[in-house]
Amino acid sequence: MFERVFKRAILTACLAVLFFPARADAHLVTTGLGPVYDGIGHFFLSPGDALAALALALLAGLRGTAAGRRALFVLPVAWFAGGLAGLTTTGWTSPPEEIVGALSLLLLGIFIATDIALPAVAVAILAALIGGTHGFFNGVGMHEAGTGTGVLQLIGVAVTLFVLVALASALAVTAKPMWARIVVRVAGSWIGASGLLWTGWVLHGLK
Amino acid sequence: MKTNSFQSSRRFAWLPATLILLALVPRAQAHIVHGEAGGFGSGFHHPWSGLDHICAMVAVGLWGAQLGGRAMWLLPVVFPMVMSVGGFFGLIGVPLPGQEIGIALSALLLGTMVCAEVRPKHLIWPAILVGAFGFYHGHAHGVELPPGQSGLLYSIGFVIATGTLHLCGITIGLLHRWSAGKLTIRLAGGAILACGVYFLWAAVQPETKETAPEKAKASAVEPANFWQYV
Repeated sequence: MFERVFKRAILTACLAVLFFPARADAHLVTTGLGPVYDGIGHFFLSPGDALAALALALLAGLRGTAAGRRALFVLPVAWFAGGLAGLTTTGWTSPPEEIVGALSLLLLGIFIATDIALPAVAVAILAALIGGTHGFFNGVGMHEAGTGTGVLQLIGVAVTLFVLVALASALAVTAKPMWARIVVRVAGSWIGASGLLWTGWVLHGLK
Repeated sequence: MKTNSFQSSRRFAWLPATLILLALVPRAQAHIVHGEAGGFGSGFHHPWSGLDHICAMVAVGLWGAQLGGRAMWLLPVVFPMVMSVGGFFGLIGVPLPGQEIGIALSALLLGTMVCAEVRPKHLIWPAILVGAFGFYHGHAHGVELPPGQSGLLYSIGFVIATGTLHLCGITIGLLHRWSAGKLTIRLAGGAILACGVYFLWAAVQPETKETAPEKAKASAVEPANFWQYV
C-alpha cells in the first residue's frame, strides 16, 4: 500500500516538475573547450563570416603576392580591432548584421568574378573594412552573450583567420594556369550570387 | 513473494527514473543556430525539383561546351549571376509577367541552339540570351523560397546546385570532340527542345477553376520588408 502511494507520489511530482521548465537563454554557440577554441570554432559555425574571409583571401591571392601578404596581416588585425570595439559597444541595433555580411559577399564576389585589377593597397583597405565590420558584429554578439571572455575568443578568431587567409590566398596566388584562375573566378561568381540572394532574403524578412 | 515484489519494483523503477531525468534536463542551449542543414539541403534541392529548370541549366552547359573556348565557362558564370539578380527581385516582391512562358521558352530556345549547334559571331549574344533566361529562372525561385531557414546557406546550396547542373551539361558536352558525340549532344538538344515545347504548351493552357487558385497561391509574393532597414 505504502509502496503504491510512494510510486504515485514520485510520478505526480515528476509530472509537476515537467510543467515548470526553465527559461531558454539565448547565447552564442560554444565548443565547451574554452573561449579560444570557441573563437577558432566560430568560422565553422558562422558560414557568413567564413565565406567573407575566404572571398577576401581569394581576391588577395588573385591580385598577387603583395596583396596576399597585406591581407594576411590586415584582415586578422582589423577583425580583432573591430571585435574589441564591438565588445565595448552596448545597445547596437542597426544596421542588421546580415545585410552587411550579404553586401560584403556580393562586393567581393563581383571583384573576384571580374578579376578587377585592384592595387595591393586597395585590397588592404578592403580587408580592413571587411574585417572591421565583421569583427565589430562578432564583438557585439560576444558582449550581448555576456561571457566576459570576448578578448580570448577574438584571439581564437584572429588566429583562425590568419591560417585561413594564408591557405586560401596562397592557393589563389599559385593559380597561374588559365583554367586555375577561371576556377577561382567561377567560385567568386558563386559567392557573389549567394551574397545577392542572401541580400534578397534579408530584405524580404525571411531570415 | 519478496522476490516477485522486488522484480515488480525493478520493472517499475524505469518510469520515475526517466521522468526525473526529463524533469532535470538543462536549460535549452545553442538555439540561435537553426535550420542550417535544412537551409542548405532545400537550397541544393530546389534547382533539381523541376524538369524545366534542369533542362535549361543543362542546355546552358551543353551550348557552352559546343561553343568552346571562353564560352565554356562564361555562360555558366553568367547564368547563376543573373539568376541571383532575378531571385533578388523575386524576393523583394518585384513582379515579373509571363514567368512560366519565359521559363518554357528558355528550354525551347536553348534546346534549339544546342540542337542546331548555333554559333553566334560574338559571344555577347549567347551571354545576353542565357542571362535573360537566367533572370526568369531566378525570379521563379525567388518567389518560391521557403521561409524559416538560413538564407545564406539556402543561397549557397541553391547556387552550388545550379553550377553543378551546368557542370553536368559541360561534362556531357565534352563528347563534342568526337563525331558521334556531336550527334549525341545535338540529340540531347533536340530532347530539351521537345521538353520546351511541352512546357510552353502547358504554360499557355487557359486557367481552370481548379488550377487558378493554386497558381495564384504559388505566385503570391509578400510585400517587401525593405523599409525597416532604412
